[in-house]
Amino acid sequence: MSEEQIRSLENQFEARIARDEKIEPKDWMPEKYRKTHIRQMSQHAHSEVVGMLPEGNWITRAPSLRRKVALLAKVQDEAGHGLYLYSACETLGISRDELYDQLHSGKAKYSSIFNYPTVTWADMGAIGWLVDGAAIINQVPLCNTSYGPYARAMIRVCKEESFHQRQGYEIMIKLANGTPEQKELAQDALNRWWWPSLMMLGPTDAESIHTEQSMKWKLKRKSNDDLRQQFIDQTVPQAELIGLTIPDPDLKWNEEKGCYDFGEINWDEFWQVVKGHGPCNKERMKARVGAWEEGEWVRDAAMAHAEKKQERKQKQAV
Amino acid sequence: MKNENLYNYILGIADNSLILGQRMGELCGHGPSLETDIACTNISLDLFGQVRSYFQYASKIAGDNRSEDDIAMLRKEREYKNVLLVEQPNTDFAYTMARQFLFDVYHLAFLSELQKSTDLTLSAIANKCIKEVSYHERFSSDWVKRLGDGTEESKAKMQDAINYLWTYTDELFHQTEADKIMVSEGAGVDVTKLKEAYYKNVGDLLEVATLEIPESKYFQKGGKEGIHTEHLGYLLSDLQYMQRTYPNMEW
Repeated sequence: MSEEQIRSLENQFEARIARDEKIEPKDWMPEKYRKTHIRQMSQHAHSEVVGMLPEGNWITRAPSLRRKVALLAKVQDEAGHGLYLYSACETLGISRDELYDQLHSGKAKYSSIFNYPTVTWADMGAIGWLVDGAAIINQVPLCNTSYGPYARAMIRVCKEESFHQRQGYEIMIKLANGTPEQKELAQDALNRWWWPSLMMLGPTDAESIHTEQSMKWKLKRKSNDDLRQQFIDQTVPQAELIGLTIPDPDLKWNEEKGCYDFGEINWDEFWQVVKGHGPCNKERMKARVGAWEEGEWVRDAAMAHAEKKQERKQKQAV
Repeated sequence: MKNENLYNYILGIADNSLILGQRMGELCGHGPSLETDIACTNISLDLFGQVRSYFQYASKIAGDNRSEDDIAMLRKEREYKNVLLVEQPNTDFAYTMARQFLFDVYHLAFLSELQKSTDLTLSAIANKCIKEVSYHERFSSDWVKRLGDGTEESKAKMQDAINYLWTYTDELFHQTEADKIMVSEGAGVDVTKLKEAYYKNVGDLLEVATLEIPESKYFQKGGKEGIHTEHLGYLLSDLQYMQRTYPNMEW
């Protein structure tokens, strides 16, 4: 293909996206589009799967049967999202095994928030309320992204995430209206998860390397700072409603701008965790790699069994 | 309590689901593949759903303001009535699937009989649960076959798991006093009558899975009377942690 032909294809491609048409797996796409989507979608899939660990940590200790069932269902949803997103990713010509390799070798990233420990039951509330809340703000615009399989996956993912968010907030309501001890659990969880949740929406626009191209491909529709502001403005009244205090002395309603001003985010902490030195980075990777390695004989056996069955079938046919 | 036998009988059934559900819940996020992870979590979820139906009924029978959670989480170790089989640890995936299989074959046959109970609530619960349990049985049987007739390594692991857990199978067919009374009233299932078909079904599947049927005639029991293996105490300390640490609170 001549350079001119490629340019023409690229122009047609960009025009389709500008017209809000969906790009499907078999359509021609620039290599950079393919790679960027593999990176973002797999990062999302990895986040779902690693994200099962901090919440899975409380399944055996959930305080009531109702909460245990709800938590199990929630973590199962996350596994389902992971499966769905890995499959969507595979439509771009990469295998799930390759994607796992990237996660396990540290080449691929996952959301840094899951590198924080879940130390009390209230963290199940805070994660649902704040972490899933921030995730929804990130993800709702993706329901209209240009790559068809991703956009369709996100519609379903967002529906379930919004249910999780309400479930998390409901845990917090119950704690906040409970005994002083329970209220303290809720406030402590908010204190610990607030800043990491703000960081979850990504580095400030000035520091974000992917924004411009992603905006063009509708892989991103708002900047990190805009999303963060939206999250804060939405969450502060929810905290006030249940009598919890946002752990930010600089938080103040700005009448003129019609939004909240907030304090400085500790970006050193953000980059420390991103670079692999957060409180649980090593544990999370150890758990994932361990499950994969310990499961190898099981996967091998399943393959061997399927082959034997196939052979027997063929022999019978002869 | 007016109907203590019925209460104890319900606990005897529900505790199996409670303890096995707790064991399967431990695996969440650590399975050999995403698909098996989802399936194991789903089995756990089904079992806890069943537990809630049973304990809500037990709570009504007890009539002393104890909630489903009080019954599930605030008894002492000797008061849990599950069979020893379901409390055995998740040693590896072969043990997990062998435990599930050995219980599922029993569970399915049991629920099929419980559907005929003269106690309409128990019969309705059985009716709801049997659909879930028939799926569990299909899932665990498939894995016994895959691992038995897979690689040399998986076969050795599955055989080891079956041999180890075999000793706990006989207890499934042991009748307690509450069982006997409930059977005589038409509400309970006579588990002794399930034994022959159980060993036949299990044996047939092990054969398909190219595994040996253990010959051991030495069995362990005690769970139904509240005498458990050392594993249960640790499982309960997780299960009860929140209720014990923060007593009398709503969650």
